[in-house]
Amino acid sequence: MRSADLLRFNLQLLLRHRFRSLMILLALAIGVAAVNLLTGLGEGARAYVLNQFSLLGNKTLIMLPGKKETSGGLPPLTGESPRDITLNDATAISRLPGVTAVAPLLVGIAEVRFAGRQREVVIAGTSSDYFSIRQLNVQQGQPLPAMALDTASPVAVIGSTVKRELFGNAPALGQWLKAGDRRFRIIGILSSKGQAMGMDMNDLMLIPVASAQVLFNQPGLFRLLIESNNSDSLPAVKQRVELLMQRRQNGVADITLISQDAILSAFGNILTTLNLAISGIAAISLLVAGILIMNVTLISVSQRTAEIGLLKAIGAADSDIQTLFLSEALLMALLGAIAGMLLSELGLLAMRLRFSDLAFHTPWWARLLALSIALATSLLFAWGPARRAARMSPISALQGKVN
Amino acid sequence: MRAQLSPLRKQQTMIKLSQLCRTFMLGDQAVHALNNINLNISPGDYISVMGPSGSGKSTLLNVLGLLDVPDSGHYLLQGTDTTLLSETERARYRREHIGFVFQSYHLVPRLTARENIELPLVLAGIAPHDRQKKVAAILAQLGLTERAGHLPNQLSGGQRQRVAIGRAIVMQPRLLLADEPTGNLDTQSGLDVVAILEQLNQQGITLLVVTHDNALGQRARRRIRMVDGRIVADELAGIIASEADSHA
Ligand SMILES: Nc1ncnc2c1ncn2[C@@H]1O[C@H](COP(=O)(O)OP(=O)(O)OP(=O)(O)O)[C@@H](O)[C@H]1O
Ligand SMILES: [Mg+2]
Repeated sequence: MRSADLLRFNLQLLLRHRFRSLMILLALAIGVAAVNLLTGLGEGARAYVLNQFSLLGNKTLIMLPGKKETSGGLPPLTGESPRDITLNDATAISRLPGVTAVAPLLVGIAEVRFAGRQREVVIAGTSSDYFSIRQLNVQQGQPLPAMALDTASPVAVIGSTVKRELFGNAPALGQWLKAGDRRFRIIGILSSKGQAMGMDMNDLMLIPVASAQVLFNQPGLFRLLIESNNSDSLPAVKQRVELLMQRRQNGVADITLISQDAILSAFGNILTTLNLAISGIAAISLLVAGILIMNVTLISVSQRTAEIGLLKAIGAADSDIQTLFLSEALLMALLGAIAGMLLSELGLLAMRLRFSDLAFHTPWWARLLALSIALATSLLFAWGPARRAARMSPISALQGKVN
Repeated sequence: MRAQLSPLRKQQTMIKLSQLCRTFMLGDQAVHALNNINLNISPGDYISVMGPSGSGKSTLLNVLGLLDVPDSGHYLLQGTDTTLLSETERARYRREHIGFVFQSYHLVPRLTARENIELPLVLAGIAPHDRQKKVAAILAQLGLTERAGHLPNQLSGGQRQRVAIGRAIVMQPRLLLADEPTGNLDTQSGLDVVAILEQLNQQGITLLVVTHDNALGQRARRRIRMVDGRIVADELAGIIASEADSHA
């Protein structure tokens, strides 16, 4: 039998049993859509996380105050507040071998005003090293100057959103603005950059860390970014920092050090869980589809017993009959998979429109996987009934007897 | 005509059955549906098979049509011992050499008259272009051209049986087997169908008709009568064939 004829023959069958075909198509479509949709979401989340943390680079450590038991977990909710990380700690760490740059980070929110306009802005107190560690550039002016960490100089570098909102098209460089009750002179404007580590780098104002300590009246640092000379020496640097802090904090280092790898592996765990959920949903819906296919093929075989007998009488071999029933199941699987893919693409499109900075795309491997699982399921479950049809004796089949 | 087809003339055999047996087990009782059958059939023969119900007529037809396999004995079809063929090879023989006509038509209900007739060609993998010519010719021959696009349930019994005949002959088989082809038809439709079968026989096809209808049975040149799985009479054009001739 020619493939085109086989296809036409099976399509006629599917059309003849519309409701039945629709049920199977639905079950298969749901299975395939589940796989595609969830892998699409997972991949989108993964790409987002990677994008956020790749800016950190793989030779940078983040030091947080307080000890966390496991990487990626929540900070402890009970107990005393952790010990502060001080500017002296930062200076001491910057002298450790293998450390090339140290940027303290003290973050707060303040109202920033200029000539009657005002805006709530995230203000980060840091140092000139921050620009090199985070690869920040200025589009105008200059970055924060290199100076002793404890010098509270009234200068600021602002992000492009802050510039637009407070100054419009007017020049901002050299202007004095007010943050809280302090005045800062704008010495630079950051080049546009997207989100990174949960901070919108455009809606941000950077000032010297000592100025931030005064502004927010808070001596302890929020974070310390430590850059090593290369990624291989990172573990050694980590160890040295830990020892140093242990000494400086009287025996117990009340800090947490995170590297990009640690964060990514924590997210990796979440994604693994997600993948398990996907596999579960897909497995269940495909099992349902498989059982449906098996039942329908069984029904189809018994309803078409006389037809099988006839086909054998006019020269169909056992293998032809088997091909007929298997291809019917395969066709349904194929159509179901296509429907499922369309469904999931629509779903992901909706997600992309809703969350524009997340790139939800089903990876090709997942599409292929879903398709081949659907095909394999239908083959597997249709095999038995098809085989049964093929083995029928033509005479009893003609008489409508299923042996 | 008559003289040419005289039974006394020595003809080559198309089918040779020797000591053919087919036994069914009903519970623990053996039913000898075919009991030591010896039969020769020549190309172009027109044979009717008659006999009481349960005498083995359909079983004989099924074995001749390679739908059933005998338990013992030999069946030579055009010199090939069919008892040695595999199921796939038998399917191929059925497709290329044998046409079936059944009492209950056995048309595929979702296919039109044309598609039903086309089915063996489709199974044989013949190109659509070639199929069309053949099917059109057969539709015309059977007076079904007007009905080509109709589904079986839109056709009368006689028309359905004509579609079934069309399907049986579309592969141009040498042997046409009909099991009570008029059994479900009124007298006039039955006569039409018989006329078509006889016309095909005159064009050279070997025709074997199982029937309960005495009048129909008498139209055949050779009449076989079965009782309890045995051939009890084998008449040729009114003469009882000699032992030597029928058991050669
Ligand atoms: N598959 C089968 N299993 C058991 N017994 C069978 C089977 N097929 C036929 N028989 C028996 O074999 C015998 C011959 O059956 P067959 O159908 O050949 O008779 P028939 O001459 O065609 O009868 P009818 O005129 O009623 O069609 C019967 O006794 C029947 O019961
Ligand atoms: Mg019968």
